[in-house]
Amino acid sequence: MTVEYPKPLPQLTDDNGPYLEGLRERELRLQRCGACGRYRYPPARFCPHCLSEEASWEVASGRGTLYSFIVVHQLYHPGFRDDIPYNVAIVELDEGPRITSNVVGCENRDLKIGMRLVAEYFDATPEATILKFRPA
Amino acid sequence: MLDINGKYCIVGVGNTEYGRTPGRNAVTLTVEAIRNAIEDCGIDKGEIDAVLTKYPTSNFQGLFSARVAQALGVVPRVTATLDQAGASNISLIAYAIMCMEAGLCNVATISYGDNPNTSGRPSYGRRPAAEAARGPTYGGDEAVAGMTGAPCGYAMIAQRYRYEYGLTDEQLGTIATTFRRHASLNPNAQFQQPFTMEEYLSSRWVAEPFRLYDCCPVSDGAAAVIVTSVERARGLKKKPVSVMSFAQAHPAWDLAQREVLTTSGAAISGPTAFRLAGISVEDVDFAELYDCFTIVPIVTLEDYGFCKKGEGPDFIGGGRIGLEGSLPLNTSGGLLSETGMPGMQLIVEAVRQLRGEAGPRQVKDPEICVVSNQGGVMTTHATLVLRN
Repeated sequence: MTVEYPKPLPQLTDDNGPYLEGLRERELRLQRCGACGRYRYPPARFCPHCLSEEASWEVASGRGTLYSFIVVHQLYHPGFRDDIPYNVAIVELDEGPRITSNVVGCENRDLKIGMRLVAEYFDATPEATILKFRPA
Repeated sequence: MLDINGKYCIVGVGNTEYGRTPGRNAVTLTVEAIRNAIEDCGIDKGEIDAVLTKYPTSNFQGLFSARVAQALGVVPRVTATLDQAGASNISLIAYAIMCMEAGLCNVATISYGDNPNTSGRPSYGRRPAAEAARGPTYGGDEAVAGMTGAPCGYAMIAQRYRYEYGLTDEQLGTIATTFRRHASLNPNAQFQQPFTMEEYLSSRWVAEPFRLYDCCPVSDGAAAVIVTSVERARGLKKKPVSVMSFAQAHPAWDLAQREVLTTSGAAISGPTAFRLAGISVEDVDFAELYDCFTIVPIVTLEDYGFCKKGEGPDFIGGGRIGLEGSLPLNTSGGLLSETGMPGMQLIVEAVRQLRGEAGPRQVKDPEICVVSNQGGVMTTHATLVLRN
């Protein structure tokens, strides 16, 4: 009998296939514009800075800085019932883009904006790996 | 450039009761508010030739203005339903005036009505897992991380603001307690019972740094205004309130990708509206600022130029924003206490104050008011400057 993962799972879009595949292989892969050289997130066909369609997928450092965070006490989704209170974090990657995620391996009261973080990969199901961060 | 300053005015305002209105859907509520606005100014219903609506936030319905027009028994020359979330109301007034300036219509109703408190709210965040996970453009990062409630995004902004500029719990509490005190003088407010700073501080956490009293309620209800030219306004029942200017600006990008979280579209929209009105912040007698969460009016005051960036938390202290203060804010209780409806109630209250109809919460002899509307997670912003 399989135990279902009770929370929302990452959804495949037209553009994020290589990103999700990277997570399964424990790599943080970001698109980098072939024209202006900037990293972008979320994945998209056109660079939001220069609108070029040229892009490559590169392995990012997985390192970043806590940009902002909240500690959620209200139950918004039944899948998070056992996690309350849990944090949600905006992480600014060293490559530039920011990603919304969670910080693990750290008490909520010890979260500090500016703290250094590193990617952690959590296998939610055999098909879906979720990106989280822990203190570096 | 068109100069519309003083050529158009709000002649009628109306609303329903706020809070819980079981058995009345968004169209019914909207018609009730428009009917009350028609009675308020005494204009003939047959003169209405533009029907403009903000779509019901909790449950998007296509062609909503057409539905309202039919229920009103009006065949309009102009309709629109704008998608700027909470900024839509002011931007629809702007659209109405631009259409009048172009000769397309003469009398417009602009309205908002919704019943999220009794009908469920599929767009608000407590969505089924599959839908929540779909997310806007991210493949659902926010939903995957458990960030699906409306307070979460604004709480992210407040936390970042605290880091960049400093912000105490008591300063957020000053916003919440002051607006509730104003609502206690408003018999139509959804919440009228005042609370103390201690009660604010002991209210339960929703999403730190927000407590329950940092968040506006979910509310049923509707509100509407009627806009026409100064010429047509002559002879109507109430003194018209003149539209000096309007403006808008939209930070637009999803929260995580937005370059700066602690400055909103107000930083462009506000100064633009003040310049077009030919006024400065010193000329503003009171303000009705969008306050879905306590951080928002603080950021808006700074971005409008009432104080410098980072000074908002101190600016609101010392009684300045109370009814007797030098800049009364949200005199009917705002979203936080009058109704969580996204923005139209602020325009209705501004008009009543400028007419001198606000009873026990009346500001003394006001001449100029600025109203802000915003939506998303500080994603959109619109500004309206009114004069009596």
